[in-house]
Amino acid sequence: MSAMIEVQDLTKWYGRTLALDRATFTVEEGRIVGFLGPNGAGKTTTLRILTGFMPPTSGQGRVAGRDVLAEGLAVRRSIGYMPENVPLYPEMRVQEYLSYRAGLKDVPAGKRAAAVDRVVERCWLGDVRRRLVGQLSKGYRQRVGLAEALISDPPVLILDEPTIGLDPAQIQAVRELIRSLGEKHTVLLSSHILPEVERICDHLVIIAQGRIAAAGSVDDLKEGLAEAQRIVLEVHPGTGGDGPAEVARALGQVSGADEVRREEAGDGWLRLSVQPAGGADPREALHAVVTKRGWRLREMRREAASLEELYVRITAGEAAADRPAA
Amino acid sequence: MDKVFLLTRREIASYFVSPIAYVAMALFLVVSGFFFALSDFRPGAPAAMRSIFDIMMIILVFVLPIITMRALSEEQRSGTIETLLTAPVTDVQVVAAKFLGSWVFFLAVLAPTLLYVVLLGAFGEPDLGPIASGYLGLALLGALYVAVGLFASSLTENQVIAAVTGFVILLVLAMVGPWLATLAPPPWRNVLQQATIRPHYIDFTQGVVDGVHVIYFVVLTVYALFLTVKVLESRRWR
Repeated sequence: MSAMIEVQDLTKWYGRTLALDRATFTVEEGRIVGFLGPNGAGKTTTLRILTGFMPPTSGQGRVAGRDVLAEGLAVRRSIGYMPENVPLYPEMRVQEYLSYRAGLKDVPAGKRAAAVDRVVERCWLGDVRRRLVGQLSKGYRQRVGLAEALISDPPVLILDEPTIGLDPAQIQAVRELIRSLGEKHTVLLSSHILPEVERICDHLVIIAQGRIAAAGSVDDLKEGLAEAQRIVLEVHPGTGGDGPAEVARALGQVSGADEVRREEAGDGWLRLSVQPAGGADPREALHAVVTKRGWRLREMRREAASLEELYVRITAGEAAADRPAA
Repeated sequence: MDKVFLLTRREIASYFVSPIAYVAMALFLVVSGFFFALSDFRPGAPAAMRSIFDIMMIILVFVLPIITMRALSEEQRSGTIETLLTAPVTDVQVVAAKFLGSWVFFLAVLAPTLLYVVLLGAFGEPDLGPIASGYLGLALLGALYVAVGLFASSLTENQVIAAVTGFVILLVLAMVGPWLATLAPPPWRNVLQQATIRPHYIDFTQGVVDGVHVIYFVVLTVYALFLTVKVLESRRWR
């Protein structure tokens, strides 16, 4: 599979603010890739550079093998773009607007009506096709934006926060629509909400503070995280004089146990999170210590670090190592 | 060019649903009609439109920037400039269409003044030659004003600033310039005067169609449009 979108060392300065810092990633053909990052991370900037709305300060962007600066017109012809906040002309009717955009995107005059019918059906706009755009609800506006991006059936779709501001039913509708686009199109969609992205996309690129923090298939990322397992115990040391610090120390001494973190769980109970060393499984040893010291145990479970935690850690500034391809 | 046609059509349509455009049109027609009644339509005045054509040159300095103020500034304010510039269209096509759309609307605003010709015809025997050349001059004048208004609109998201910038540029070209010229010493005086609008426009209203004047308007119009394209393009360097 060839790379449909390639971003290489993309850098963007807005005056003295560095918005993108040598961002590098690729999107393979036919994939639906989630571009995830907190607000202000550089997602919209990256998308605007790819669609030719602004130039990078340095670095390269390629779509379908063409450079976004050198072959701007050709690149724009192969992209269907939906900007954040879906800007539309309020005085036009939905149908009119879609037909107009089809014309701007080189859909031949004879085929425009059919193209409009096709996207109206695909995006469930049948009820509002003759309504003025200015009179549409947010949900419909978003679907018009999506329909507009699809109108010329472009190989690449770039969607900036496509589900923002929608209610759950609408989000589901849009999600299904995007999933159904998977095979024939390459989709790069941005969001700051991880659960949304996890549900639609098989691959992720995580960006924070202008840098790519992680990239890969959701499965690979989760597998990588599975190795960072932890064992969580809820222990009560009783009145025997062993304080929380002592409990943590004793458990930490167990062979196979690495770092121990603790927190109060109410009523004198402690929740301890033990990181196993390497591939060890210290559960039995931990249980033995608890029994020997006469503490009470009410739960012991194994937990894999979740994607959510990885995302939170990344956005809190502890970026993971860069990985090139998605 | 197909795209320029599509873009232009949309521009024209959006003017016709814009309340400000109608207000400006009404303003223009009321003020022109008023001056027409006071000047060329007075009993005893020759059946010609020379005075009103002259006066329109000034009225339009105020009216056209109001009509064109929206052209690019609204797109920048609402964000639709993003979908416009990320479509496979060139900056030249965008500016050409904005210009043509505004100019065609201007011609539509001008059309009701043909009534003056009818009125003159009902009460006298107007010489149609100078009137026709006067309208040609107006069309060229309008093209220049529209191009300047469009340039002003490209500089800002704020329509009011766009309108005021347009007024100021046109005021300088139409009125302040000539006044400044009278203060300058002879060799410069001539150059400055030739740079202003009136000497080039006035001949049209008197029945003279001189190539030099046509070139003046065309060159300045194209220059204003060229600057507008550059403003849009400058996005690509920012």
